[in-house]
Amino acid sequence: MFLSMNWISDFVDLSGLDKMQLISQFSLSTAEVESEIFYKGKDVEGVVVAQIKEVLPHPESKKLHLLKVDAGEGQFVDVVCGAPNVRVGMKTAFAKVGARLGEITIASRMLAGYPSNGMCCSEKEIGISDDHSGIMEITDDIANGTDLKSVYAIDDIIFEVDNKSVTNRPDLWGHYGIAREFAALAGRPLKEPETVDLHQYDGLPAVDMKIEDPLCQRYACLQVENINKNVSPVNMRIRLYYCGMRAINLLADITNYIMLEMGQPMHAFDSRKVGKIRIKRFDQPFRFTTLDGVERKMDEDMLMICNDNTPVAIAGIMGGLDSEIVEDTTTLTLESATFDPVSIRKTSVRLSHRTDASARYEKSLDPEMAVTAIGRFMKLLLDVDGGVKVVSSLTDEYPFHYPPVSFTFDKKFIDKYTGIDISGDSIEKILTSLQFGVARNGDDFSVTVPSWRATKDVTIKADIVEEIARIYGYDNFDVHTAKAPLYPVRVMEEKSVEDKVKDLLVKRYSLHEVHSYIWAYYDEYKALNMEVEDNVKLVGSTNVNIETLRRSIIPTQLCQIKYNTSYSADFGIFEIGRTVDGVDPETNLCREYKKLAVTLFSKTKSTEALYMELCRMLAVMADDIRHQPVTFVKKEATHSYQHPKNLNSVCCGGKEIGEIGVITPGVSKKIDKKAAIVYAELDVNLLSAVEDLGLVYEEPSRYPEIEVDLTFVADLFAPIGKAISEAKSKLLKGTKLVDVYNDEAGKSITVKLTFFDNEKTLTREEVMADVDKIIGLLENDGIKLKQ
Amino acid sequence: MSERAESIRQEFQQKLGEVKEALELEKIRVEYLGKKGHITGLLKSMKDFTAEEKKNFGRQVNLLKAEVADAIAKKTVELKELELEKEINSMGEFDVSAPLDLSRGSYHPITLVQRQCENVFKSMGFAVEDYSEIVTDYECFESLNIPKHHPARDMQDTYYLENGQLLKTQTSAAQNAIYKKYRDALVNDGIPIKAIFPGRCFRNEATDACHENTFFQMEGVMVGEDISISNLIFFMKTMLSEVFQRDIKVRLRPGFFPFVEPGFELDINCLICGGEGCPSCKHSGWLELCPCGMIHPEVLKAGGIDPEKYTGFAFGLGMTRLAMMKYGIKDIRDLNSGSLRSLSQFTDDK
Repeated sequence: MFLSMNWISDFVDLSGLDKMQLISQFSLSTAEVESEIFYKGKDVEGVVVAQIKEVLPHPESKKLHLLKVDAGEGQFVDVVCGAPNVRVGMKTAFAKVGARLGEITIASRMLAGYPSNGMCCSEKEIGISDDHSGIMEITDDIANGTDLKSVYAIDDIIFEVDNKSVTNRPDLWGHYGIAREFAALAGRPLKEPETVDLHQYDGLPAVDMKIEDPLCQRYACLQVENINKNVSPVNMRIRLYYCGMRAINLLADITNYIMLEMGQPMHAFDSRKVGKIRIKRFDQPFRFTTLDGVERKMDEDMLMICNDNTPVAIAGIMGGLDSEIVEDTTTLTLESATFDPVSIRKTSVRLSHRTDASARYEKSLDPEMAVTAIGRFMKLLLDVDGGVKVVSSLTDEYPFHYPPVSFTFDKKFIDKYTGIDISGDSIEKILTSLQFGVARNGDDFSVTVPSWRATKDVTIKADIVEEIARIYGYDNFDVHTAKAPLYPVRVMEEKSVEDKVKDLLVKRYSLHEVHSYIWAYYDEYKALNMEVEDNVKLVGSTNVNIETLRRSIIPTQLCQIKYNTSYSADFGIFEIGRTVDGVDPETNLCREYKKLAVTLFSKTKSTEALYMELCRMLAVMADDIRHQPVTFVKKEATHSYQHPKNLNSVCCGGKEIGEIGVITPGVSKKIDKKAAIVYAELDVNLLSAVEDLGLVYEEPSRYPEIEVDLTFVADLFAPIGKAISEAKSKLLKGTKLVDVYNDEAGKSITVKLTFFDNEKTLTREEVMADVDKIIGLLENDGIKLKQ
Repeated sequence: MSERAESIRQEFQQKLGEVKEALELEKIRVEYLGKKGHITGLLKSMKDFTAEEKKNFGRQVNLLKAEVADAIAKKTVELKELELEKEINSMGEFDVSAPLDLSRGSYHPITLVQRQCENVFKSMGFAVEDYSEIVTDYECFESLNIPKHHPARDMQDTYYLENGQLLKTQTSAAQNAIYKKYRDALVNDGIPIKAIFPGRCFRNEATDACHENTFFQMEGVMVGEDISISNLIFFMKTMLSEVFQRDIKVRLRPGFFPFVEPGFELDINCLICGGEGCPSCKHSGWLELCPCGMIHPEVLKAGGIDPEKYTGFAFGLGMTRLAMMKYGIKDIRDLNSGSLRSLSQFTDDK
């Protein structure tokens, strides 16, 4: 929304004040002003009113004319001009030699062989409209040589406020509301807009109008005829143009002007088409052509303005083509109404048609403004065209009133909220300047909210705090810390586990933390031979890549591995992110999990070596964080990326907390023909829930240790480990895998057993008794000691 | 001294002088002091001597023996020192000018910035909370004073799910749960609620260098009996100054968010030009950083807290934006790309 300082100054005298300072204060106290400020007219200098005294055709050009121009300097000036609308006697804008128009300085020069000492200007060249069809037409009553800027308000400061920053302020959708803020900020009085007293028409017949639907809050209308003027005054057109609208004709321009000034949308109907106004909804969908020529599909929820049973306008959004003012319209009906904001919003969203009117209505306009706007409209119209005749009384139905809003509070309440001491006098002054009704008794206040702030904006006491604080100025706040009793702050276990996992993987294992999206990437999965598993979907997604939520982080991580294959021959990535596993049928809520996903990629190591590295990582993690061992239990593959072999559940503290596996060749070869890729995915919440057994210190032995190396012919360590634990040796303090090798006897496993006693030096015999027990247990299982 | 002894002595001295390594020295020791050595031989030659001669000669030989033993001990030390010196001299110069391999693991930049923010707030007694990414309409909107058909639901294009839930559009979605978690401690024990909750948020919009549909925020709330706007400004200024490691100027402008009243947009002085005005801040000298405000009474009520008795502030800091500003990351899409050429650079930070 563009705002004109000249327009604001119609309602508050800002003379002698620094305008830029005021604008920046407005930005801090009311709504953000965009950084680019437009100084209109700044680059227009030396343009005067002049009259064309002679027009001769140019001998060598069909387009050009040779003019003699009276610029009020006695002698006529020779000018070569290409405008099609030149005629003798016409007054226009004339840039004299030495005048400035933007970048150009006008100089005497030869044009197509003839001297030209100045330039007749189009409105576009002066920057007051985009009309470049011919040179500007100026009324005869202005003397030749008059500086154009003294006749028209070309100089202006225009600033822009983002519509989004005033969504909650229906009162700021017109210059008058903005002027009210400037008045409060500058501490100057606000002037009432000049209006026509509509009571003078009370004796005339009423318009046949009836509200038949509660979505219409207020409907006021007035019939006028005998309009003879069609063109708006230049200054009105300049303002409309500076604020981003095009001038159309007098009636449309005044309608737009009122909207930009008061914030009240209005509409004019041809009275021949709208003799019996009914505001209502229809029972069935239908088609309706709006005045922009577009045929729209309407449905039964949409409020319409009708001529009896024929729709003539979409309430609050746009008028119909058939009831528009046309050339031969003699009587017109002015509408100024207020509609239910939610209904307007829904209709405009459903029609995908937002207009300046609907944008305002959906903010909850003040119904009190509807009639004032008609009074203002008539004042502007009569100023331009005194012959206009009002032929109806003001017809006004006002079934919906917003409840009046008022509060009582004391200064302490304001102090508590602001944390500073704003004096009672300041509070009173600020609220009064914003036209709140204030009754004060010492530190006790009773405040009535004005109608234009009471439609939704100011409804609770905290809103009053904002009014006081923002005008007082946040920059003037004394800033201090809070007083609060001290208590220990509990750290969320899950959060500290997360931090530890990250530190361990980054610092000890040199992995890289990455982030990925919560949904499956269709194309990328397909390229890697992975299927997108059915899961919860986003509603109405337009991008298939963003449709189905992921069940696991691993596939998304494999896509990232693929992206990075040229980064390094060996690397690993991890993420702590969310996955979703369908919807819980009982609660109808998504089953969301927080997972740790790790993927290792290597072109130099064997899959087994890489896999064992990952096993160690998980074991160290569990030992560091929960001080518990992990165990691995074989499981079946269920996902398209899993290798059916070496897929294991990861268990800790007696619970399955995740899995570790190899990427199946069909997928891994798509990533890299030769590389080994292994992964693990753990549930962070389950890991956090495992009991932390804490660090246990064991006094080192003061007596010598005895180490025994044993080699068994065995395929797996598992039975050996089982036998060792079943033997329950009290002296055995450590078991280490020393070697694994294959020879003609098959696979052999060498373990080193360490024995010691904290009380005494062990004898060989004591140790061998335990060793023999272990060997015996294994022999029972058919596993022999290698000789 | 007998001639024989004297000649052995001289011969020994000569040989000792020629010794260059420990093995040779050992040979000489055996040659002179060994069981079959020259000096032992001298003692053995005494068997035919008279007692007086034995005493005299024996004394001389023992003196010689002591002299030889001493000389060998000294020589042993000398040789060891020589050997060490030789080892020391044998070491070449290492090439410390060669480039070093610094490859190591890395954190995601969001983790680094998040930890910095968390640490500042933890040091001021704030709890760090976590929340789900999929939330209900109640959590994300209703409980935050955003009723159905409120325009605010339009402002943030939401990813709705088939079951009616949604991907949270703002970390504020956790507010209600946080209030309920801590309200008893507030009401019964007078312990103010002080919590931050970082998290990932989602908005349905097209991505480009400046826009992402998936990004991180950090919400913070403080609720107590006398929490004020003045406190809010203090905490924001302190936190931002700590994160950026310099004195940050902040200013508040009115901003409308349904879950706060009054609501603000918080600006900080432009970090690039220091407030002079530059293209980064559109020549205003200020950067819009985070929405904040005093928690709306309806939001407190929904969390079971009496707004007549308690007030509080809330803010929502854009972690993604902050990380980009802090590290000069130009393309927001790099953050979720998994590209290690970018991400592996974030090895560690304060």
